[in-house]
Amino acid sequence: MTSGLSVENLAYRYGAKEALKGVSFQLEAGEFGALLGPNGAGKSTLFSLLTRLFTAPQGRISIAGHDMGRTPRAALARMGVVFQSSTLDMDLSVKQNLSYFAALHGIAGREAARRSDAALERMNMAERAHERVRDLNGGHRRRTEIARALLHDPAVLLLDEPTVGLDAAARQSITSHVHQLCADQGLTVLWATHLTDEVYDSDHLVLLHQGQILQDGNVGELRGESALSDHFLNLTGARA
Amino acid sequence: MNAYLIALSAIVKREALRFLHQRERFIAALVRPLVWLLVFAAGFRAALGLSIIPPYQTYITYETYIIPGLCGMILLFNGMQSSLSLVYDREMGSMRLLLTAPLPRGWLLFAKLCGSTAISILQVYTFLAVAWAFDIMPDSPWGYLAVLPALLISGLMLGALGLALSSLIRQLENFAGVMNFVIFPMFFLSSALYPLWKMAESSPLLRDICALNPFTHGVELIRFALYLKFEPIALIWVLASTAVFMGLAIWGYDPARGLTRRKG
Repeated sequence: MTSGLSVENLAYRYGAKEALKGVSFQLEAGEFGALLGPNGAGKSTLFSLLTRLFTAPQGRISIAGHDMGRTPRAALARMGVVFQSSTLDMDLSVKQNLSYFAALHGIAGREAARRSDAALERMNMAERAHERVRDLNGGHRRRTEIARALLHDPAVLLLDEPTVGLDAAARQSITSHVHQLCADQGLTVLWATHLTDEVYDSDHLVLLHQGQILQDGNVGELRGESALSDHFLNLTGARA
Repeated sequence: MNAYLIALSAIVKREALRFLHQRERFIAALVRPLVWLLVFAAGFRAALGLSIIPPYQTYITYETYIIPGLCGMILLFNGMQSSLSLVYDREMGSMRLLLTAPLPRGWLLFAKLCGSTAISILQVYTFLAVAWAFDIMPDSPWGYLAVLPALLISGLMLGALGLALSSLIRQLENFAGVMNFVIFPMFFLSSALYPLWKMAESSPLLRDICALNPFTHGVELIRFALYLKFEPIALIWVLASTAVFMGLAIWGYDPARGLTRRKG
């Protein structure tokens, strides 16, 4: 069992349609896992299972050594999530959004304030703490969500296409920041995307296609001489 | 304070903050019963003769009669509206955030229910204050205090019903239909507008349906409490209905059922 994220033989079906077929992969502590897959590959289903929005009849998920099936609350407590669509309250301030989340994790009062300040500082958002989320641009909203997801010091951070709708500069900044968190703090990250420029050669690639893992390993080694986007298209395009 | 209470107070506070940012919702929630009270009831006053029935000890005006029903109306609409916001939240994501908190799902749903009920009760008291300004009030001012637990229990029941419905509805668009099939029958097939004996005069079957409607018992609980009386049968009905609706909601939001799922 790893101290990062481990998925074993996960399967899920919507009626007759198989969304995930025996998915297994493992990310060690401090590893940045890039979950690549075209639309409909099963990424969202995998995220829903990882965050226990629903449970799979088959397979195992372990977060920082906690089994999601047997000890879901311990597993959820060690996990931070940035969902694809924003989950911020638009009419509340950045700080109010963070306090609400902290409370959901049992953190209140001064401790919540201290952690909020530290998380916002880390994301270069300290000066926006009292702004209403509605008044922030897309990049700052995403930073707020990442700051929020890190508030309770999770061991594993899941991000479901976190850069959708952002401009190139914001995308680049957020991508490099999260890579930095892995390196500096030993955070395990699973980053779902279909944008290959967000993935570094040192990352761990989990390539999902039609509900199955096509490739699982080091990006640089797997792509060889070809660009990652070509490698991705070759594998998924040929099998589409 | 332990993690359960910290989460509960944060969820209630969030509901309150959201409510403060939606003043139009507050006004709309107030206008609806006031129109019934000041327009509908005034018109019906002459048409409907009411005999002396418990908890009243004297002849009362029709406006006085429908006050508890309109309190129930606020709780009913609000309960449904907050569950509508749950369907919206679920589609937009903030419900996902709530459900990934490391606490039992039943507790998170209960906390959400407490938040929406607190807002409902605030609206009911505002309505009662306006009615008071129009000289429509219970016999004793203590009635305003005695009605609080009745409002709380009835509010929880209707909120739990909304929660259960929200778990069974997959899309926002389906919700409008359910509103029509739930709110209106529940309101009209109850003792909110007419006493059950009056209903029996036109149809014993309708009276029986009204007597089975949990909303009727919520309204009666409020009516008796406002007049410093206790209605044990209504209380049992409301508590039992709350337990059933809450059970349904917890079942509906069970992750193994996968109702919050989206294809992808």
